[in-house]
Amino acid sequence: MNLMTERNLEKAVNDKMSAQANAIKMQGKDVTVHYGDKQALFGVSLDVPEKMVTALIGPSGCGKSTFLRSLNRMNDTIEGCRVGGLITLDDEDIYNPKIDVVELRARVGMVFQKPNPFPKSIFENVAYGPRIHGLAKNRQELDEIVEKSLRRASLFEEVKDRLHEAGTGLSGGQQQRLCIARAIAVSPEVILMDEPCSALDPIATAKVEELIDELRENYTIVIVTHSMQQAARVSQRTAMFHLGNLVEVGDTEMMFTSPTEKRTQDYITGRFG
Amino acid sequence: MTDIALNPAAPASARPARRDIGLKRRYAAERRFKLYGITAIAIGIFFLLALLFSVFSNGYTAFWQTEVRLAINLDPKIIDPDNKRASDPNVLLTANYPILARNALAEKLGVPTTDKPAMRELGKLFSEGVRGQLRELVAGNPSLIGTTQDVWVLTGADIDSAFKGQIDLGVDQERRKVSDRQVEWMNKLKSEGAMAQRFNTGLFTYGASSRPETSGLGVALIGSLYMMLIVLCLSLPIGVAASIYLEEYAKKSRLTDIIEVNINNLAAVPSIVFGLLGLAVFINFFHMPRSASLVGGLVLTLMTLPTIIIATRAALRAVPPSIRAAALGVGASKTQMVFHHVLPLAAPGILTGTIIGLAHALGETAPLLLIGMVAFVANNPVTPLDPSTALPVQIYMWANEAERAFVERTSGAIIVLLIFLAVMNITAIILRRRFERRW
Repeated sequence: MNLMTERNLEKAVNDKMSAQANAIKMQGKDVTVHYGDKQALFGVSLDVPEKMVTALIGPSGCGKSTFLRSLNRMNDTIEGCRVGGLITLDDEDIYNPKIDVVELRARVGMVFQKPNPFPKSIFENVAYGPRIHGLAKNRQELDEIVEKSLRRASLFEEVKDRLHEAGTGLSGGQQQRLCIARAIAVSPEVILMDEPCSALDPIATAKVEELIDELRENYTIVIVTHSMQQAARVSQRTAMFHLGNLVEVGDTEMMFTSPTEKRTQDYITGRFG
Repeated sequence: MTDIALNPAAPASARPARRDIGLKRRYAAERRFKLYGITAIAIGIFFLLALLFSVFSNGYTAFWQTEVRLAINLDPKIIDPDNKRASDPNVLLTANYPILARNALAEKLGVPTTDKPAMRELGKLFSEGVRGQLRELVAGNPSLIGTTQDVWVLTGADIDSAFKGQIDLGVDQERRKVSDRQVEWMNKLKSEGAMAQRFNTGLFTYGASSRPETSGLGVALIGSLYMMLIVLCLSLPIGVAASIYLEEYAKKSRLTDIIEVNINNLAAVPSIVFGLLGLAVFINFFHMPRSASLVGGLVLTLMTLPTIIIATRAALRAVPPSIRAAALGVGASKTQMVFHHVLPLAAPGILTGTIIGLAHALGETAPLLLIGMVAFVANNPVTPLDPSTALPVQIYMWANEAERAFVERTSGAIIVLLIFLAVMNITAIILRRRFERRW
């Protein structure tokens, strides 16, 4: 409770109304994940509502990143990883062999823990996705997409004079916003964020959080975070993971004020984790 | 030491003794280790300098060749006694050109042409190679016949050695290859400026020859160039394709493990085994020509492939996984990920590995001996199918010759090879510095 500021409380109350109204964008049913012989997720069922920020919290190694990565099949790249159960995007099974993983990842974008811009110019970083997906017919359209994406990531004003300088030369916070711009440049429906602020200082974190809040209008966002405050500040729904199980899921306000599970309460109040 | 601190008998004023954490010992160990390192490097540098000194002190003279300037009268009576050159072009090719040079020299030194023994000694002053030199001159421009031309003519190998001071003139003339009279002539020509050391272009253009002064690295350079091109064109694409597949696409399995072990083993297989393989497969089975740089290139390709594959895989592995994740995260396919992001970032490492592999191949001798590239090839190869030799093989062949002039040529050829290797390795370093990206 003491983690919640008054502003957040107010926001959470407002969000509560919309939370119930929003449709389900992605759905996990009884999701299990094995890394080789080791099981990392034990039957997690979680709904991700549309145009809302869902935060996944829990102690390290609890499987929240694993769940996140199975939402756009990034786990496919890990050797020996097997995903069971059902994950749907708009009621379509994303592990169906007929689903093209490239198309899936264009619809479900991802922002990683450590800012990972390509060692290319800022422009090229953002333009890469639209280019490979053929989203722009000509250079002018591409320029527009890049500018729009950078504006949405509230980065454009800071970098407009050096679009053709290396993206790796930006500060950590700017790099992470560049990665967000890169993700939204391909117009995804869902954006997955894996602890996007863990490598950033508080000021950069505040900017990224503000950005996440703005992006909620157009995108469905799932964010993994270690910070309770962050979950409280940016999310409308929170899911608590522990030891590969989903402990509890509910509206963020509920979770932080009156969790039903003791484990959630203990974690939120910092008794373990 | 802790005992002291606990000892109640210690004076109260003394600060409690600090626990002995072995600082002295640690620093001593550090100094000792530094000393070992410096010694190791010093030994390495000593041997390197010894090698370079012995090669350069023996070899630098090979780049200069003593020549003698003769005013040669291209006498039609000697070149074409029957005056048939208009109808029979062979006349100009078979004429007795050395006589012209000998007469010119005799005239210059004032030796009567009737003095047979003197003339014989005189004839040894210049190289037999004068035949080819004058033939080329006259055949190229027959109108010169009847005129007198100033020509720089190669001296004989022994005179060349004597001129460079490599023959001890203190010993009795019976026991050396240069007679006192020849030395006298030599000094006279030298004082007149008619005998001098000039840059030895022949070292880079001539092919094999039994006379040191007209033997050179021409054939070997062409052969080595062809082989390097073949190795580059074959091993780079094959090696990179194999590495990309193994590193990025292949699922880890028993089979890929076996392949990996085999590649690492192949890199350590003695090169002579590759030579035997080339002999059995390319020459005996596919009936490719012997001594050809094509076969040499193929054998060296086999030898270089594992090196390139290992270097390329290391370079691919060094590309951070976050870049791959970023590319996949925006919906790039695996192939797009590899070719748009991973390969460009790995390119400097791949290039470095390739150049080092090429340099290794350039210096390789043993497999070439087995496929017959150790041969007396006088004519420059035109295609990779023509017989040729290679730089290190030429060194090997010259090293087997006893004459002083061949000894210096052996070292000279080693210098040429070392320069090529140094240039290649420096290129590798520059490329790596230039294209290295940080992330």
